[in-house]
Amino acid sequence: MNNVYYGKLIFELSREGRHGYSLPKNEMSDYRMDFLPSALLRSEAPALPEVDEMTVVRHYTNMSNNNFGVDTGFYPLGSCTMKYNPKINEDMAAHPSFCNLHPLQDVNTVQGALEVYYKLQESLAELAGMKEFTLNPFAGAHGELTGLMVMRSYHMSRGDEKRTKVIVPDSAHGTNPASAAVCGLDVVVVKSRPDGTVDVDDLRPLLDDTIAGMMMTNPNTLGIFEHSIAEIAKLVHECGGLMYYDGANLNPMLGKVRPGDIGFDIMHINLHKTFSTPHGGGGPGSGPVGVRAGLEQFLPNPHVVRKDLDEDTYRYDVEFGDNSLGSISGFLGNFAVMMRAYTYILTLGHENVKNVGPLATLNANYIKESLKDVYELPIGGVCKHEFVFDGLKDKSTGVTTLDVAKRLLDYGFHAPTIYFPLLFHEALMVEPCETESKETLDAFIAVMRKIAEEAKTDPEMVKSAPHHTPVRRLDDTLAALKPVVTYAELSSMEN
Amino acid sequence: MSKIIEGLFYSESHEYVRVEGDFGYVGITDHAQHELGNVVYVDMPEVDDEVVAGEEFGAVESTKAASDLFSPVSGTVVEVNEALEDEPGLINKDAFENWIMKVELSDKGELDNLMDANGYKAMIGE
Repeated sequence: MNNVYYGKLIFELSREGRHGYSLPKNEMSDYRMDFLPSALLRSEAPALPEVDEMTVVRHYTNMSNNNFGVDTGFYPLGSCTMKYNPKINEDMAAHPSFCNLHPLQDVNTVQGALEVYYKLQESLAELAGMKEFTLNPFAGAHGELTGLMVMRSYHMSRGDEKRTKVIVPDSAHGTNPASAAVCGLDVVVVKSRPDGTVDVDDLRPLLDDTIAGMMMTNPNTLGIFEHSIAEIAKLVHECGGLMYYDGANLNPMLGKVRPGDIGFDIMHINLHKTFSTPHGGGGPGSGPVGVRAGLEQFLPNPHVVRKDLDEDTYRYDVEFGDNSLGSISGFLGNFAVMMRAYTYILTLGHENVKNVGPLATLNANYIKESLKDVYELPIGGVCKHEFVFDGLKDKSTGVTTLDVAKRLLDYGFHAPTIYFPLLFHEALMVEPCETESKETLDAFIAVMRKIAEEAKTDPEMVKSAPHHTPVRRLDDTLAALKPVVTYAELSSMEN
Repeated sequence: MSKIIEGLFYSESHEYVRVEGDFGYVGITDHAQHELGNVVYVDMPEVDDEVVAGEEFGAVESTKAASDLFSPVSGTVVEVNEALEDEPGLINKDAFENWIMKVELSDKGELDNLMDANGYKAMIGE
């Protein structure tokens, strides 16, 4: 990241008559357009920036230097699994045999692409302990909505129309209740125990024949494995509901625990988390949805199927099922993201994929144990891939979690997730991922300890951090109240 | 330490109601605004809406989180505090002065289910 802010727009660099290439003479200049209605004809030229090639290159290179990503530094953003995305993923996704395909091509000409789709869904089914996956959803929350639509389709197919409620723990990601609401279901909140896991005694009285199912993240948003999961799944199944697994925290389980084996019926996976595809502003994402045997008929259309013609010959086809909940995306989802995820799985291979979860867990516990004497650890014991501190241990300095997060930027680290989950006042949630070396973890620990020390010796300096970033502390209240999102608005403010 | 006012009724979900005759002014407590941080949006009900004790009537959004609001009383909304539309931060300035809705109470007996200042003080541990 630059320590000088580059904030120009390409339009500001425009100079009349300047251009990078000499274009051939327009031979269509006398082409008559009068068959088009006059209202649709341009009366003046579009306002395109007039810039030479070098200006364009410098502009976008400087712009990209404002950015901070996994490729520039450590990114311990809890609950987001910001693991390194290997470059071979990009090579495969950009391969001309795949990237030049059109979704409306005849299936006989895209057998390779359909094979990637089919084999990726098979691999995910094997890793998750599910019967079948659809790769069509475009993102995690889209996967949640699709999964809940499967849940509703299942109940409706049995004529059981009174199941309108979904149980969600109070520690859940905000997308869980949001997806349920979008799906037309009512949300019932189940409380957590002091150790952060679901309170089974609070759950029992909620269970009746109006419950469509329960959504859970395991490990939960505190990074704690829900040890009562077998009992919870049994209780929910006994009342006729289905168990939904939010795959946001699948990473520590990868290769060790399969959601299908611990009682879950429907789940989504965030390929952009667990399977190393680009994330956040670098998206797009992908949220495949998997189901146990018996529910696959409800998955969205279209499906990719493999047809065995004889013992040695098969072909792939695209089909539309009669009991399907319908289409939830154009064509078959974000195919280039699937190429990256499938490449990741093949690159790791059968044995190495089993190391992902344990190493992610080891890295998180190493940081947690190295810092718990200076940061408040509300829930002790072994965590999974992430953990939550409740701010600094010494609260007398007045330095908050926000201040610590801002100060981290001065030291070249991305901030952890802050003020989530809502169970603690000063939540600071760290997820290092398996891809980081011990040297990086040690450097982060040293800086976190240094900030804890600075909070005592120079609290005002920490409270006014960051000091060495291109822009200083931003007014997030003003940004929320009066967002300026277009250049026109900005220029009108400056004038 | 948060401000707590004697004579108001308090709910477990950090709303208060100030009763004047048959009407109640409902808002969030000083403790609640302090926990939320800078309020950037208040989702308010509309005049003539029916609210039910214990049920949602709106939401408060801060730079940290969005929280549902639960009505401490039942009745009909007769007025909402429109000043909060332009300046939601008024809640941070004085949460008790800047109430969110005024309700014509349908059952004053419900007030018995709420806490007094001492009870609320004990609940938030101050």
